[in-house]
Formats: sequence, structure tokens, C-alpha cells
Amino acid sequence: MSELFKVSSNPHVRSKVTTGGIMMAVIVALLPATGFGIYNFGPRALAVILVTIAATVLTEFLFGLYKKKMTITDLSAVVTGLLLALNLPVGIPLWMAFLGGVFAILVVKMLFGGLGQNFMNPALAARCFLLISFPLQMTDFGCDAYSGATPLALLKAGESVNTMDMIIGRTAGTIGETSMLAILLGACLLIMMGIIDLRIPGSYIVSFVLFVGIFGGHGFDPAYLSAQLAGGGLMLGAFFMATDYVTRPITVKGQYVFGIFLGLMTGVFRIFGPGAEGVSYAIILGNLLVPLIEKVTKPRAFGMGGRKA
Amino acid sequence: MNKATERLYNGLLKENPTFVLMLGMCPTLAVTTSAMNGLGMGLTTAVVLALSNLIISLLRNVIPNRVRIPAFIVIIASFVTAVELLLEAYIPALNTALGMYIPLIVVNCIILGRAESYAYSNPPIPSLFDGIGMGLGFTFALTCIGAFRELLGAGKLFDYQIMPDSFTPIGIFVLAPGAFFVLAMLTAFQNYMKITRARVGKETAKIQSGCSEDCMNCSDSGCARRFYDNTKTVAEGEESEIVDLEKEDK
Repeated sequence: MSELFKVSSNPHVRSKVTTGGIMMAVIVALLPATGFGIYNFGPRALAVILVTIAATVLTEFLFGLYKKKMTITDLSAVVTGLLLALNLPVGIPLWMAFLGGVFAILVVKMLFGGLGQNFMNPALAARCFLLISFPLQMTDFGCDAYSGATPLALLKAGESVNTMDMIIGRTAGTIGETSMLAILLGACLLIMMGIIDLRIPGSYIVSFVLFVGIFGGHGFDPAYLSAQLAGGGLMLGAFFMATDYVTRPITVKGQYVFGIFLGLMTGVFRIFGPGAEGVSYAIILGNLLVPLIEKVTKPRAFGMGGRKA
Repeated sequence: MNKATERLYNGLLKENPTFVLMLGMCPTLAVTTSAMNGLGMGLTTAVVLALSNLIISLLRNVIPNRVRIPAFIVIIASFVTAVELLLEAYIPALNTALGMYIPLIVVNCIILGRAESYAYSNPPIPSLFDGIGMGLGFTFALTCIGAFRELLGAGKLFDYQIMPDSFTPIGIFVLAPGAFFVLAMLTAFQNYMKITRARVGKETAKIQSGCSEDCMNCSDSGCARRFYDNTKTVAEGEESEIVDLEKEDK
């Protein structure tokens, strides 16, 4: 007997949804933002994207060889690489982008057990790793098309910004975050396919708007609020990072708690923090709290115990 | 191997306080921003550790059992104060670099741990060598961590420029997260070496059916690594017993 029977407990539900399929959908949904980034920042953006994806896929491949368990076909490494590249400035030295990709897969994902075991979003963790390691290169958004600060930094300094440019995306920033329109286009696709829902992005954005409205110092001024919403990585983070299956809470109530927490933390970082942007740190902090959120919001099993009077 | 060298080997490698016992994490993570700081902190601790071990061992029949912890602390604190004053007088640069962490040696859990688990119940000479071994093990670990952090985070080693100018330092390694990365990697590396060495040249110990070799995630806590323990050599008599067991299974 060389063949072994696979024994598993019920229920034996079969589904056509595969990890690879979901990842493919996410890649397609990210294409508008990617395309706009390349159009906006020129061919160097494409180079950064390709190098980062090559780094993540190569790391996953080599680790798969070492562990004799190949997981490269689920495309999750490609998604991680693409998301990381979209979070990098266009002028970053290519070896830094490569290092970030290796860090995302090797340290954050594979050493903790691979896809499904990573305790925080690998792309964001790698972005923060690069941001702490190379603060100069990571916040230098100058390139051929644009010079100087991002709209959020201008906004923080009290200068005026052109909100229409920010919504279309013709501003300085990281490769994939500038165009709100392109990101929303991809997000709509994911929502229509049922891959993500509006619980986390919705509660994230609403709580962020409320926080900024109350503490931002401009009241509920529509121009200021829309600039805050369209600027920085908020949209990319809310729709593509916070909704990551592995690092979000699985309980419905927990997802609302998670979204509200992210909104508040992003607001705190943007308004009271030293920098202009705080989406990535907020999401990483939220990721760390997920086990706690799930424990608190665990639904009561049917018939088990009663409501305490 | 006599007692003294056995103690030295034990402290340096077999039960290295940092990589194996995981003690004294606070100075390990905080002061190892450079190889020099790691070396200084390690040697300072080693001196205190060796001397306090010796004195505690000498006084072990005098100290009443109930007040032994306060007595240990008094002895250790005296040595730390002496060492701190000496450092201030003769190596002021190191004293400034280590700062608050010198007085904190008093509550270093390696020193208290060795006092409690070894010096209090063993004669003076082995205790002294236990202190020296553990201290040198700590120094070795801290210097290693400090060297990697300095090399990657600043491109230097013991303040000498090692990396070429084109190298951009990876700043995170001189910050707190870098300490965790380096410590984890070095611990993983030495565990890997130990496991490999234990497998080569020794009988791979009994692996029974259903044992996944993954003791960290195993629910069978009653096994206590009996099913899978390749750190110990299997005695010759034991081996035949295993063969018998396997025959019975069939």
C-alpha cells in the first residue's frame, strides 16, 4: 500500500472558491491603481513593481523548496509584492524594494507558518520595516512628474490643496495610493464579486471622518474632509489591506470594532502624530489586536447559556 | 572533564543564559546597539556574577533559608555598587553608554537565578566557575548580538568602518525591533546547529507512531519528549527494548 487515504472530519463541504482564485481577483482589482501609478510616475514605477513582486515570489519559491511544500501557486506572494510596491515611493532604490519583499515573505509570513498564519499584513509590515530603516528614501516623493511634499503633508502644514487632483490622482505620493478613483474602481469589482464587503472599509471611513471632523480643527468642512479622505493611503488601506482575510477579525461584530479602531487610530496618527500619514501603522496595530477583538466578540453558540439578567 | 571546565562549558554553550535559558532579556535587548556596548555590559555582569556566586556559596550555610532572597540581593547590590564606582572612575565612556543599565544589574535574573539554582547549594569553587562560565556566555551572546546590529545598522564593527561607503545602513537594526530580529535569528541558528549535531553520529531516538516530532504543538503532554528526544543518546540496552516494542505492534 503506497497510497494513503486522506481522513478528515465532517462536514465535507466542497467549494469552487480557491485561494488562488481570490488572489487572482485581488490582483485584477489592483490593476487600475497599478496602471494609473505607472502612467502617473513613468516606467520607473513599473520597475519598482516588478522588482518587489520578483522578490516576494522568489522568496516564497526558495522557502517552498527548503520546506518541500510549494505554496507558490496560490498567488498570495504576488499580491503581497504588488501591495508592497504600491506602498513605496517611485524613487526608492531598487535593492530596498527587493529587501522589503524578502522581509514581507520570509520574516512576516513564512517564519510564522505561511499563508493564514501571518499575524500582520506582510506588505504593510514590510513597508513599516523600510520606513523605519530608511526614513529618508521612503519619504522622498520627488520624481520627474512631481516635486515636493504629498498633499497630506501640505494639508498638515496648513496649505491649500487641489482636491480634484487628489481624487483623480495627479499628485505626489506612493505608486498606488494617489488615485482614489482607480482604487475605488478596483474595490467595486471586489465588492461585486463578493470577495470583500463594506463592513470594515465602511466603519473605517465613517469613524475616520467623524474623528477628523471633531478633532481636525476644521470642523465638518467638506473640502477639508474630502482632502483627508482622498489623500494618502486611506482608500488603499481601507479596501485592500484592512480587509485581508488572514489579519482581519472573522466575527461580524469584531469587523465593525476593527474598522472603527482603524479609523480612530488613523485619525490620531494624522492629526496628533508627527507625520502626515498613519494608515499603515494603524492597520498593523489593528492586526495585533485581532485575537483580542475576536475573543471579546465571539458569538454565543445556539442553546449555550443564557443572557445574563 | 573536571568540575570547573564542565561549568565553563555549561555556561558558555550548553546552557547559554541568553540563547538557551532566555534570561536577562532586558539588557540583552536594550544595550546591544553596538558590539562594544554588548562586550562592556557582558563583562560587567560577568564580574558581578562570578563574585556574587562565590560569596553566596561561601555563606550558603549561614544564610537562613527564609531570608535568602534579600540576602542574595544585598550581596549582589554591594558588588554592583563597587563595579559601578570603578567604571565611573576608570572607563567613564562605557559608564555613560550603559547608563541606567549598570545599577539594574542588581535585578538581572541571570545573577539571581544562578545564586538560587546553583551557588546556594554547591561548594565555592564550582560556583565561582559557574559564575564565570555563565558570565562569559552572556558576554559572548551580547557581543554577537551587538556586532550584528552594529554591522547592519551602522556599517561598523567595534567602531571601525567595515562596510563600503555605498552601503546604506539599515537603521532598524540599531532600534529596538532590530534587537528582537537579531536575537531570534541567532537563537534559531544555534538551535539548528544543536539539533543537527544531535542527529549526526547518534542514534536517532525512538519515534513512535503518531509522533509528529513537533513537541511545541503536541497535545500529549504526558509524553515529556519520551517519544521524540534526540538530544540524549539512547543507551545500548534501551535500543533493543524499542525493537521489541515495534515487533509487538506488528
